[in-house]
Amino acid sequence: MALPQAKIDATDARLAGMDLPQGGWPAECRADALARVQAMGLPGRRDEYWKYTNPETLISAEVPQAALFDPQEPAMFDGVDRLKIVFVDGVFDADRSDDLSGEHLTIDRLADVANLDLHWAKDAYGTLEAKGQSPVQRPLAALNTAFATDGVLIHVTGAVSKPVNLIYEHSAVNSDAILHHVVKLEAGASLTILENGPAAARFNKVLEAFVADGAALNHIRTQGRDHERRAVTHMFAELGAESTFKTFTLTANGVLTRNECIVWLNGDEGVAHVAGACVGDGDFHHDDTVFITHDAVNCESRQVFKKVLRNGATGVFQGKILVKPDAQKTDGYQISQSLLLDDDSQFLAKPELEIYADDVACSHGSTSGAIDEEALYYLRSRGVPQGEATDLLTLAFLGEAVDEIEDRDLGEMIVERLQGWLTRHRR
Amino acid sequence: MLEIKNLHVKLEEEDKQILKGVDLTVEAGKVHAIMGPNGSGKSTLSYVLSGKDGYEVTEGAASLDGEDILDMEPEERAAAGLFLAFQYPVEIPGVGNMTFLRTAVNAQRKARGEEEMSAAEFLKVVRERAKTLKIDADMLKRPVNVGFSGGEKKRNEILQMAMLEPKMCILDETDSGLDVDAMKLVSEGVNALRSEGRAFLVITHYQRLLDHIKPDVVHIMANGRIVKTGGPELALEVEQNGYADILAEAV
Repeated sequence: MALPQAKIDATDARLAGMDLPQGGWPAECRADALARVQAMGLPGRRDEYWKYTNPETLISAEVPQAALFDPQEPAMFDGVDRLKIVFVDGVFDADRSDDLSGEHLTIDRLADVANLDLHWAKDAYGTLEAKGQSPVQRPLAALNTAFATDGVLIHVTGAVSKPVNLIYEHSAVNSDAILHHVVKLEAGASLTILENGPAAARFNKVLEAFVADGAALNHIRTQGRDHERRAVTHMFAELGAESTFKTFTLTANGVLTRNECIVWLNGDEGVAHVAGACVGDGDFHHDDTVFITHDAVNCESRQVFKKVLRNGATGVFQGKILVKPDAQKTDGYQISQSLLLDDDSQFLAKPELEIYADDVACSHGSTSGAIDEEALYYLRSRGVPQGEATDLLTLAFLGEAVDEIEDRDLGEMIVERLQGWLTRHRR
Repeated sequence: MLEIKNLHVKLEEEDKQILKGVDLTVEAGKVHAIMGPNGSGKSTLSYVLSGKDGYEVTEGAASLDGEDILDMEPEERAAAGLFLAFQYPVEIPGVGNMTFLRTAVNAQRKARGEEEMSAAEFLKVVRERAKTLKIDADMLKRPVNVGFSGGEKKRNEILQMAMLEPKMCILDETDSGLDVDAMKLVSEGVNALRSEGRAFLVITHYQRLLDHIKPDVVHIMANGRIVKTGGPELALEVEQNGYADILAEAV
């Protein structure tokens, strides 16, 4: 079907200012990805998948500026013993990064291995993104594969004790960063990836994760509190038998965020947990779009999303569980809830289940609500001032999502940040 | 200690007068009981005193130790020493009982300009007071009132009272939903808190509770007013003859 002219024009306008990075084996992947972008066209407001989120500023040729922001607190995972990889406006900063090596771990920069004939990522880069274009198109992910200027390729062969921390700093008001990471965990391997920071005025990030049989990938990220930043991120994860993938995202502020998470449970008894907590005040639009495909027996998936919105903030959730005909004994759970702290804020949710197997247990729920007045009165009647009582109830609301983080110390760090945000945004 | 004068209260949302001139004075160290038929305004009185939304005071006054409480926020009334043990304690998922108790204790202390209780000291005190109410460690850890039985909820109310050490305690039908043993436990908890400087207002339907918590004064409330006041014998009279005689007499 021919694309509408407006879409072709918008896509051409965006591509006109971009150069396809040359050289080495990625060139072919990039050319394929560019062809995908051209075939699909970049997303527009009329696309069903972008019904609730306007992609205009994510695809515009000109980068919307984003003022720099000093959060006046230490960077998120500063207290954690980790391997640091720093990007500033989407450019790797070798001086501030740790040595890219560790036990059971090899890490390469995309740019460094392009000219190697043999590299594992040659058969991996862009493949999950390409696979993820069906049944729903994700043109901004294809754009990323084509034009990513940097990124790391992480290969894990055993249990890695130290988390790998990808740190994204924002230093120019008009930076437009495109990063593409690929992570491959061999059978039985395990890794925790931490990500934090605003990254750029506009950030397009793809992370492709191959999680082999019995492997475990944990992922925790916080997206940076710069009010004017924009981000579109895609996380693609393909899971083998008895493997686990758990991801949690905290988003506080940011004028526009679209986080897509696409998971395939391809081996029996795989487990995927996708969770997020977001807090937004005012000019804040946050979109979680999740697509989980069950294609094996006895797999479990959980989606837990909580959003606290005030002062005209908007939250979006599009979550789908697709259960293929042979994916018997599937256990799928999905919940998305918003706490609206005033009448101006809105939550738009589209939960979907599509089930072709007959022996499955899938549930989903989506709610929007205000603070429980009875609970608030109860707390106040015990002497807890209104602001503090509201925070206590708000944190309790977010708790179900934060509880998805297995590591208690990291979970507490997230709670502290949420507490800080709530205190600062108290009325 | 608690002085209520000619208190008139209506529902904010509708034109319905509930309290129609309540006069009541509770002295320090005393236990007053309020009995009365359903719909007489007993619970409304307790809500209005603690500052719940949805009520409008149209006339009259209420003060605690001479301080007008009706213009205060609920948390200010609590810090001033007022405590209401709820008939239906609210369940608060996600907020740990311990966190809640400690937040409340320290918020009140802060409001009064006192030093906050340290974590260690708090833990020691709460364990000790929980033990006498047969509240185990698990109940302290669980979210506030979530999954608690009726008896556990009421014991939890009394624990809060014991921790917050208010001077004016209002118990709204604390006996409802309690079996004999639980009632005894709760009553013992209340009695342990009786002191010279502390007063109680016990709202109940049944004389039974007053066997355990012996009142100094008993009031009968009907149609939004206190219609009769007497000694403990008044409660016995109600138990035996119901309210009909008293109400007839009051008219």
